[in-house]
Amino acid sequence: MENKPKREKTPRQPMPEQEPAVRRTNFDEVPLGYTEGQALVEASRCLRCKRPFCVDGCPVDVDIPGFIALVSEKKYTDAARLIKGTNSLPSICGRVCPQESQCEKFCVLGKKDKPVAIGRLERFVADYERTAGDVSLPPLPASTGKRVAVVGAGPAGLTIAGDLIRRGHEVTVFEGLHKPGGVLIYGIPEFRLPKAIVDAEVDYLVRLGVDIKTNMVIGRGKTVDDLFAEGYDAVFLGVGAGAPVFMNIPGENLSGIYSANEYLTRSNLMKAYRFPEYDTPIARGKRVTVLGGGNVSMDSVRTALRLGADKATIVYRRTRAEMPARNEEIHHAEEEGVAFQFLTNPVEYLGNDKGWVRAMKCIRMELGEPDDSGRRRPVPVEGSEFIIETDMVVVAIGTGANPVIPTTTPGLEINRWGYITADEETGATSRPGVFAGGDIVTGSATVILAMGAAKKAARAIDEYLNRA
Amino acid sequence: MSLIHKKRYLSANVVEMIVEAPDIAATRKAGQFVVIMTDERGERIPLTIVESDVAAGTVTIIFQIVGKTTTCLADMNPGDELYTVLGPLGRPTEIEKFGTTVCVGGGVGIGVAYPIAKALREAGNRVVSIIGARTKDILILEDALGAISDRLITATDDGSYGVKGFVSDVLQELIDSGERIDRVFAVGPVPMMKVVCDVTRPAGIPTVVSLNPIMVDATGMCGACRVAVGNETKLACVDGPEFDGHQVDFELLTTRLRMYYREEKEAMEQFRCHCDGK
Repeated sequence: MENKPKREKTPRQPMPEQEPAVRRTNFDEVPLGYTEGQALVEASRCLRCKRPFCVDGCPVDVDIPGFIALVSEKKYTDAARLIKGTNSLPSICGRVCPQESQCEKFCVLGKKDKPVAIGRLERFVADYERTAGDVSLPPLPASTGKRVAVVGAGPAGLTIAGDLIRRGHEVTVFEGLHKPGGVLIYGIPEFRLPKAIVDAEVDYLVRLGVDIKTNMVIGRGKTVDDLFAEGYDAVFLGVGAGAPVFMNIPGENLSGIYSANEYLTRSNLMKAYRFPEYDTPIARGKRVTVLGGGNVSMDSVRTALRLGADKATIVYRRTRAEMPARNEEIHHAEEEGVAFQFLTNPVEYLGNDKGWVRAMKCIRMELGEPDDSGRRRPVPVEGSEFIIETDMVVVAIGTGANPVIPTTTPGLEINRWGYITADEETGATSRPGVFAGGDIVTGSATVILAMGAAKKAARAIDEYLNRA
Repeated sequence: MSLIHKKRYLSANVVEMIVEAPDIAATRKAGQFVVIMTDERGERIPLTIVESDVAAGTVTIIFQIVGKTTTCLADMNPGDELYTVLGPLGRPTEIEKFGTTVCVGGGVGIGVAYPIAKALREAGNRVVSIIGARTKDILILEDALGAISDRLITATDDGSYGVKGFVSDVLQELIDSGERIDRVFAVGPVPMMKVVCDVTRPAGIPTVVSLNPIMVDATGMCGACRVAVGNETKLACVDGPEFDGHQVDFELLTTRLRMYYREEKEAMEQFRCHCDGK
């Protein structure tokens, strides 16, 4: 490669976006997507490496140079279908995957310049296919007569449903909420992932023949054992890490203090941001504080701005460098006017005479020795307590395992945090025929990691069913 | 979608509805509830399953018309379909042979007390039911409770029917009369449950209450329904809805129930009884 003549460098094409001042007043999507021209220029940057390291960074093995080559040939629909061969949800992944720590991290161009914008190109072709209305179905093999029950219609469940039905198995997905999509529907806001896109991806699976049953909480009423009794040959548990986590500090149950799950579920799933057109209400705080430094915190704080907050602040116990949120999300939040209060942790909430939160007593933190995660552990600075005035708080410090499935499935091995023990390569659990993947195995992680685990489990379930 | 089979008014603003839900009817136990949405834009509201008919594949719910959603629900008729009926949710009532049990129901809470009393009776307990309402016209399910109770005492605040006074007064008299009571179950307005617990606490009678905080998903995901029990925060949807009444922080429950008072009023004003006018 060193001997190649030096070509003129084409810069990474920026993503057109809604202006910060405009977008903080609406729930429309922030990045607008590449135009065809931009996509072609960006695709031309790809070096078509013979040994594409970018693919190593993709948890679902998308043929990245292959689809980018098709973009260059203007075969956008073919490009989308090539991706869909290994990734059922490209328009979602193009939006919410942390490409900077996956495919784009390994792009050779990234060593001296900026990597190819793989995620933006993926989004472009998936959107092209969908909006052109040219979503054709792949040919399906003859039915194997085997039935698989998938519990949870989130990223893992939808992925495995698509993979298994394309292997000829009959798939039923059981979803607890009234709409399929899991975190894609209840968690990620419209301005980051329009719900019409999730609906379209779900619709694609339904057209493939996946049966999705909503309003079914497996473990209450029907159990995993009941599913086997009904004739399912295998069960996949992709129920996510849906339990809210609080800090257990005084005053945490005051009105106006939400878990991120509740705040985002009200706004996204129940569409409370359109109250009273939709019936579910949501508090519209004027001085909103969001605890935590992950993507969910950014989603919450940006939702609060859009719901009319005058001041929206992230309170995080470490510094910006340790924040687990994607840089792009932090950047978007900053542009929109979110304030950041680092090295700060709440110790107590204070309420008014109506039981509504009015302030938060905090303590300053400093970074000490690295902890298990490799990040420096925040330690409180004694005597540094101070008050932050606030009329609404969102606690976005992570989520835990929902105990409903673990406690109602005999023989299912659980670790000490309540997550299901499953083989990393196959998703096999301690119960024969029961597989698991996604957040209920790993604890809260990303959409794409759940999808990657589901792909591995799909292969393992396929082998299991063919053996049986 | 769930078909509404029957609807009848138990009083001017309390409605009983029988809806199709065969899976729920087949597995539900006393003390469990369903979440209902009237339509796609609706709220998710929890309602106790009062009774089920496995053969017909139906469950019975009872609700009081208080806000937009319940007004809308009451306007629906047999033949209409509910957008969502999810359940059974919550932990079932812990039913054992305790001996003599007293089921105290106040207002629309009588509908919640009924399945508990029935299950207690079926488990071989002696069941004394005390039911009450503000006035005679809004006292519900007297015959149903009467049929499954060894003894039924009714009370009205204004004395228009049965004993004049609160159900907690009746319970106090029962305790004072020296009757042995092994366990009390109380369901009704928060102040009623609180007072019942104040009555049974000095007498050392274990008392179970069924709580009705605001819920969203009702599957343990959101934490809207958190209640303080003893020194712990519990989620009523998955840890409850029944708790040891002597440990419950009723004051917190009351303030959290008022969290959306303003929005509820606004929704009601905008609604003005036009269910599909949105």
